[in-house]
Amino acid sequence: MNSTFTMNPDIMKERQNATFDVEKLTYILDGGPEKTKRRREIESMVLNDPDFQEEDPNFLSRSERYDQAVRKSAQMILKLREYGIADPEEIYCYKKCVHPDRPEPLDLHLGMFLPTLLNQATPEQMDRFFMPAWNLEIVGTYAQTEMGHGTHLRGLETTATYDPATQEFVLNSPTISSIKWWPGGLGKTSNHAVVLAQLYTQGNCHGLHAFIVPIRDMNTHVPLPGIVVGDIGPKFGFSEVDNGFLKLENVRIPRENMLMKYAKVEPDGTYVKPPSAKLTYGTMVFIRSMIVGESARALAKSCTIAIRYSSVRHQSEIRPGSPEPQILDYQTQQYKLFPLLAMAYAFTFVGQYMSQTYQRISGDINEGDFSELPELHALSAGLKAFTTWETNSAIEVCRMSCGGHGYSRSSALPDIYVNFTPTCTYEGENTVMMLQTARYLVKSYQRAMAGQQLSGTVSYLNEAEHQRVQPQPVAARPTVVDINDLASLVEVYKLRAAILVALAAKSIQQELQRRKSPEDAWNNSAIDLVRASDAHCHYVVVKLFTDKLGEIGDTAIHSVMSTLALLYALHGITKNSGDFLQAGLLNVPQVLQISIRIKELLAQLRPNAVALVDSFDLHDKKLNSVLGRYDGNVYDHMFEWARRSPLNATEVHESFHKYLKPLRSKL
Amino acid sequence: MNPDIMKERQNATFDVEKLTYILDGGPEKTKRRREIESMVLNDPDFQEEDPNFLSRSERYDQAVRKSAQMILKLREYGIADPEEIYCYKNKYISNHHEAMGLHFVMFLPTLYSQCNPQQARKWLPVAESFQVVGTYAQTEMGHGTHLRGLETTATYDPATQEFVLNSPTISSIKWWPGGLGKTSNHAVVLAQLYTQGNCHGLHAFIVPIRDMNTHVPLPGIVVGDIGPKFGFSEVDNGFLKLENVRIPRENMLMKYAKVEPDGTYVKPPSAKLTYGTMVFIRSMIVGESARALAKSCTIAIRYSSVRHQSEIRPGEPEPQILDYQTQQYKLFPLLAMAYAFTFVGQYMSQTYQRISGDINEGDFSELPELHALSAGLKAFTTWETNSAIEVCRMSCGGHGYSRSSALPDIYVNFTPTCTYEGENTVMMLQTARYLVKSYQRAMAGQQLSGTVSYLNEAEHQRVQPQPVAARPTVVDINDLASLVEVYKLRAAILVALAAKSIQQELQRRKSPEDAWNNSAIDLVRASDAHCHYVVVKLFTDKLGEIGDTAIHSVMSTLALLYALHGITKNSGDFLQAGLLNVPQVLQISIRIKELLAQLRPNAVALVDSFDLHDKKLNSVLGRYDGNVYDHMFEWARRSPLNATEVHESFHKYLKPLRSKL
Repeated sequence: MNSTFTMNPDIMKERQNATFDVEKLTYILDGGPEKTKRRREIESMVLNDPDFQEEDPNFLSRSERYDQAVRKSAQMILKLREYGIADPEEIYCYKKCVHPDRPEPLDLHLGMFLPTLLNQATPEQMDRFFMPAWNLEIVGTYAQTEMGHGTHLRGLETTATYDPATQEFVLNSPTISSIKWWPGGLGKTSNHAVVLAQLYTQGNCHGLHAFIVPIRDMNTHVPLPGIVVGDIGPKFGFSEVDNGFLKLENVRIPRENMLMKYAKVEPDGTYVKPPSAKLTYGTMVFIRSMIVGESARALAKSCTIAIRYSSVRHQSEIRPGSPEPQILDYQTQQYKLFPLLAMAYAFTFVGQYMSQTYQRISGDINEGDFSELPELHALSAGLKAFTTWETNSAIEVCRMSCGGHGYSRSSALPDIYVNFTPTCTYEGENTVMMLQTARYLVKSYQRAMAGQQLSGTVSYLNEAEHQRVQPQPVAARPTVVDINDLASLVEVYKLRAAILVALAAKSIQQELQRRKSPEDAWNNSAIDLVRASDAHCHYVVVKLFTDKLGEIGDTAIHSVMSTLALLYALHGITKNSGDFLQAGLLNVPQVLQISIRIKELLAQLRPNAVALVDSFDLHDKKLNSVLGRYDGNVYDHMFEWARRSPLNATEVHESFHKYLKPLRSKL
Repeated sequence: MNPDIMKERQNATFDVEKLTYILDGGPEKTKRRREIESMVLNDPDFQEEDPNFLSRSERYDQAVRKSAQMILKLREYGIADPEEIYCYKNKYISNHHEAMGLHFVMFLPTLYSQCNPQQARKWLPVAESFQVVGTYAQTEMGHGTHLRGLETTATYDPATQEFVLNSPTISSIKWWPGGLGKTSNHAVVLAQLYTQGNCHGLHAFIVPIRDMNTHVPLPGIVVGDIGPKFGFSEVDNGFLKLENVRIPRENMLMKYAKVEPDGTYVKPPSAKLTYGTMVFIRSMIVGESARALAKSCTIAIRYSSVRHQSEIRPGEPEPQILDYQTQQYKLFPLLAMAYAFTFVGQYMSQTYQRISGDINEGDFSELPELHALSAGLKAFTTWETNSAIEVCRMSCGGHGYSRSSALPDIYVNFTPTCTYEGENTVMMLQTARYLVKSYQRAMAGQQLSGTVSYLNEAEHQRVQPQPVAARPTVVDINDLASLVEVYKLRAAILVALAAKSIQQELQRRKSPEDAWNNSAIDLVRASDAHCHYVVVKLFTDKLGEIGDTAIHSVMSTLALLYALHGITKNSGDFLQAGLLNVPQVLQISIRIKELLAQLRPNAVALVDSFDLHDKKLNSVLGRYDGNVYDHMFEWARRSPLNATEVHESFHKYLKPLRSKL
């Protein structure tokens, strides 16, 4: 894929030292050799297409970045039709190449507007809206969040009041805080929006419903009367996206623009309830499951850049007089990066599990069977928070492990971070997510205490089990944990989770006994609840990683993956050793032993480190990082990149003549 | 004013203004600081466009304009005290850095400390009047922390009495120095000195890089901007490639080392002299951490007091998000940390000033300890602050992600402190080297003094790791003195553990260097525990200086929260060492919740005491008046993308697309 004749000798040597077949591991990550083949086909379609050539966005103004992104999105839609790529997974792959892991202005049209039509439009509405939207005459977005209101849907203030005289809805933003705020593509790109508003008819409020609101003239693209729309201004990242605001001032839309597949308003204003409230649930679960996969990808990229660079960067000395060693030889560097590499694999497998589980369950849901949804809902909320928080810090560790050069935008790490970090606050703010999972855990715990038999990921809360796991002093518990045995470690993580769930439930109990209301008891136990969720998710990740090993046939790959899984599990224990000691799950000598074992694992992984990131098979053009290049030729390309900096367009910047030279005569 | 935030202020139990005096170092200092601030903030010459709306070139341009203005004004107002200059600068650049920063911070000080009298006469007048604008070029593309690895050469040619400077490889190109790319016409270049066939190591040379009149790069000089970064958009960090550049012999800075006209090299009298500057800069960075954290906490806590979200009790109005226990648990320990680091910063700058007097008189005895302490505390406080800024940002939900919150800017401009002026892991290992050496000296029977005196044998024999039952539990978790003791014992145990790891590696016949590298994880952990102990101790010590009862009370609560939160975050260490038992750790979790509730009414007042002017914060979320939403809307409307109602891309791409589908 990449030319090797000029390869940096250090990185070449690293590849020769690998003990396993990189290509075979890539197949496992993709889900089979055919999938790898097809992915590469699609990638080369995009990467070799001159229509998708771009200027490095780091050298562009925000308006130019937006412009370039719109150009590429328009091209992409043409090409997808031309090549007949229609499978959602393949579209996703194509898109990820066109906009290398950058968000784009049409994301919400494709990811939210079209799916919302599919799910919530009546046949008549499909006729009116779907084909125009499919052909980009209608470009839409999904406007839910308001300036003053996020997670809490009941708090949204936008109103849609039915007027039976004209058979229209009148939409309003009654306050400043009710202005729609943040939707992607709303500011400049879209001419329609699905607007979520409180529905009022016949004097009653019926809660949040979705309305299709035209916001810009189809021909001139000028905002329609009563519509105040624009871009919300520069952000940390997402520079390509025109996240927007929308203020509605007595905007009238026909009755038929309310999405009425489920709830309805009759022409006379009579409200007809939807048959079930569970239907919107599924989309959230889907998106949160997807975000777990996003975490894995962002982490894989960051590790690829940091580990490749660490193998070609030489610095300081370990032994005096000897040449400067590769920085990957420093124990501290390995300790920063290898646990994150292990985490990247862990999250990849968790992401695979979540998307498989979602697909399995969504079949059931379509047939009206919602039985598995609550558990998946709770799991997806917690894992979304767990994986995004972990990845968020990890990207920055990777960046800083590259020293000063990580701070240059040429490393790509700043971009990865700023485009990833909103996952911690969007699609459900992480603390809120953790508390949702905790609510499920505490309920399950209470059911178990009441004698019900639990199944699924929370079955460990069954009474029989957790009676063994009350916190107790070290001496009282026979120590049977084998720190080299993953099954044994999964068990320990499970017991930790059980104890922390019990502890949180007990805190609520104690608050209630102090005559607190259930709501205050909950809030006063929130720290414990988040901690319990975190331990639950951690257990699930260790378990899924361990389960995955059973599916790997290749001995060499199985061996290196087992080392990674062990490192992931043991590193998690040292980082949370207080929990394990407190619960008497491990004793002090074991914790000391684990520290020593971790050092051995680092040394064991060292020869495979570069091969393990090569297996992610991230094309140079997708990484877009001078530090993470496959060929390791970092310095030449860093110099070449710097010379293209817009500040170098002139030898002398105008500010010299404007300010610095005149200053001299004044002093 | 927003009624929520007004009510918060009414609920405070202490006098905000008096706490501000303590932070400034006295009411007169507060007064003078505010005078200087209003000079800048009311000066129309310093008005600016929000940099978030500008291109990088425009940001650079605006920064140079303001720097030039500043220099004029400082002269005009006769502000010459370095602390006052610093305060003045801080006002007008708010959350940003400036292109001419290195001229002040490195170029001039280097001239002051390393010029001989003739050189001082030649260079100081032109540098002080900004005809010469300079920078300090040390780091190379391939070389950072390790000075011996730098590749740039300066070879003396006795025939012409010149040095010939060269960048022999790509990796030797000077890379990163601030102001090098476009602003400076001179640079102090660090290069390996060759004369009479021998290399004498790194020395400093004054190299003209641009024509004084036209500003065009001189022959043999390839200079430019290194391109966009995470932050520091105002600064033209630069590259410099030297191709047989000749400079007169007198351009080598020769106060200490010298090269005679015939090429004879004369050694400097002492190597310790350059040491002081590093210690100074690292001590300053501790203060920077405190300031960045104070800003971030101010924004997050004020916003949390006016933002309403979700419900605690069904049917009731949405509560202020500051009422959620999880929000308090995110923010109040960071608020405590902001105060802790402020006091540590004060201590470091006072200690440096005290010691630098001794140094000028040739007494270096206290320097090694301060050097070790400044390295470790630089790493400890910047790492902690770095994560903390992001916790503050994310605690503001989605709006923290908007540049209008100012938090993205604070983060990107703060985060390089973790890697510059000594990469943090390297810093931690430097401190560890001092700790292990001290430990070994103590083991050999020497009596230690200063911050490491706890390593004295008498003490650390008590602190070998041992099972819980064996150690009588005497810790009072409500008594700060007792907690300082516990932190101290933890540090002692972890230093001993790291020293033991080295010992074991040596017994396995590893070389000392490999033994060190194979123990590096333990060494960093030991340094971290040492620094943590120092911070808890200095915060506790500071309480003794606070006379006002109400302020003493709230500061004690903060100090207790800081200490207990640190224990829960590292409970494994304390349990492992048998310093605390399981019931105590459970008790601490409960105690922390009580402290959060106790601090709740004072939270806004505690950030108000930092007295950060709205124009300095430049955050719509952190406004003093709490009127967040109006200003957010107003800010958004000024976004450059809103300059036209219809973006050109509609006509170029989206509309034509329709006919093709």
